[in-house]
Amino acid sequence: MADFETPELQEYSVVPKLEKGTMAGSAPFIAKPQFQEPLGYPGELVDNWEEKVITKMDDLRGKYRGFQVFLDSCVKCGACTDKCHYYLGTKDPKNMPVARQDLLRKVYRRYSTFAGKFFGALGIPGFVGAADLNKEVLDDWYSYFHQCSQCRRCSVYCPYGIDTAEISMAAREIMATVGVGQKYCNQIIAKAQTIGNNLGLPQPALLDTLEGLEEEVEEDTGVAVKFPLDQKGCDILLITPSADFFAEPHVDGLMGYAKVFHESGISWTMSSSASEAANFGMFIGSYETMRTLSLRIREAALELGVKRIIFGECGHAWRVAYSFLNTLAGPWDFLDQNYPIPQHICEFTNDMIEKDELKFDKSANDHMTLTFHDSCNVARGSRMGDKPGGQMDIPRAVIKAVCNNYVDMPNDTIGEATFCCGGGGGLLTDDLMELRVKGAQPRMEAYKSTVDNSGVTNLVAICAICKSQFTKVLPYYGFGMTDILSLHQLVSDAIILTGSEDDTSEDSDTNESE
Amino acid sequence: MAAIEVDGKSFEVDEEGYLEDLTTWVPEIAGVMAKLDDAELTDAHWEVINFLREYYEEYQIAPAVRVLTKAIGKKLGKDKGNSKYLYELFPYGPGKQACKYAGLPKPTGCV
Repeated sequence: MADFETPELQEYSVVPKLEKGTMAGSAPFIAKPQFQEPLGYPGELVDNWEEKVITKMDDLRGKYRGFQVFLDSCVKCGACTDKCHYYLGTKDPKNMPVARQDLLRKVYRRYSTFAGKFFGALGIPGFVGAADLNKEVLDDWYSYFHQCSQCRRCSVYCPYGIDTAEISMAAREIMATVGVGQKYCNQIIAKAQTIGNNLGLPQPALLDTLEGLEEEVEEDTGVAVKFPLDQKGCDILLITPSADFFAEPHVDGLMGYAKVFHESGISWTMSSSASEAANFGMFIGSYETMRTLSLRIREAALELGVKRIIFGECGHAWRVAYSFLNTLAGPWDFLDQNYPIPQHICEFTNDMIEKDELKFDKSANDHMTLTFHDSCNVARGSRMGDKPGGQMDIPRAVIKAVCNNYVDMPNDTIGEATFCCGGGGGLLTDDLMELRVKGAQPRMEAYKSTVDNSGVTNLVAICAICKSQFTKVLPYYGFGMTDILSLHQLVSDAIILTGSEDDTSEDSDTNESE
Repeated sequence: MAAIEVDGKSFEVDEEGYLEDLTTWVPEIAGVMAKLDDAELTDAHWEVINFLREYYEEYQIAPAVRVLTKAIGKKLGKDKGNSKYLYELFPYGPGKQACKYAGLPKPTGCV
């Protein structure tokens, strides 16, 4: 299937013996000038880039207090070393979070601390963990900062809370600034900024796609469920990853949202100019890009005159939305303050379930036993509902409301300890397939244990990247590519639409006439 | 810059083998690209490629998977209107591999 060996799954994750340099050759395609320039970055490696790297690093240290603290506070305790899925899957010591951080930290020490300058001048910077910046170091950065999915699992175990994701983001921003950007992310960002979504789907294509989905749902259920686009005056604006329009199993989730909105009776619409929840600005560490993309959502909300904003199933989008949307594109004083701003689709569906406004035939999902993959940016970068841990509890509550058979994966692989799917953080690209397959090993081990011990048949996720990544990597580990499902696909299959053939409830007539 | 040879003419492709200048596409390119993947194009492949071309001409983008499966189902029968059939034809993924042969841009994003 590929020119690398797929790791063998163990009964549980085993900390591997170090094998130096196993992934030294792994690097994504570098962005050509045509993908760099639209984002305001130089087309190729600039002259005197060494100096510019340090200037940019200084700039970021000044802007982001966390970045500065993370560079200074590591005591090399080693707690993070066996927590990264890429280290566990590749055995490469540079994929230990502390080693990844040190790639950048050693340059910071060399040029920005007294000890580094002093011993550097004596020609022995290594004495204080410092190192000269040269092309070899830059190449190492490009390789290993693109072997971090910014999942933040290591930060959970770090006694100082050092967040490697912040360091990876800074490193990528610094590299792009001197002309070494990543093709996959930058190409996508340019499309989202000009067309409105990562795929580059223009409005006519969106309309055509949505019309097809309306036909499909009506054929299946006999109920005319609408998928509105650019409709003014609706209550809710749905912002969802464009993969929901395009790919499987994502699209089955979108059909689930539409059915829930339909049953709720609350008017909703999507926007063609803000037809993307994903915000790849976070992956490349660019605040400016994050802001530009977020402002599209604000403009769409104002133009369409909506009262609420709801996000579809997208992991890092939810982190950006939940944690940063207010500072990026607020204030949201024109929205209805009685609802969370923004709200997650799982919160919305869960509220409807708690208010007993949805009817389900749970047996529609009886042919499966399900388990839930917590997506990193949801689990470790956000929350849902009004209680701690809501981002873990609410998706599970929805699944359990629509399915009879549910089993969790082992405790140290879910919730805030969840393992990344292996494709997050801007790494979901074909040129990193070896990394993606190997990085999925810990998650696959946890999944396999529930398959073997509890008869689990399918994996459920609420992130477009996770869904695409699993579709690709499950077969490498002997599972089916269609074993991964959208959470709202389960909702979609179990929901009983008012007036449909399955709707046998007594009050269905009265509901219809309302 | 990489390139592929088709009937004595050279066409530039990117790192992943996608045509650089989409306007230069000719049907023979698909056959040459398939050969590079050790594949042989049959009429069944061409049904998909032709649909992709038509759709692209109208919408300037590749069709979503459901749009594609539906269209193929209508043309070739319901048993073929699904991703399983398309993956049999294009094992690297109908979205990406078929788009490459058809001279469409690579679908990008979380797909």
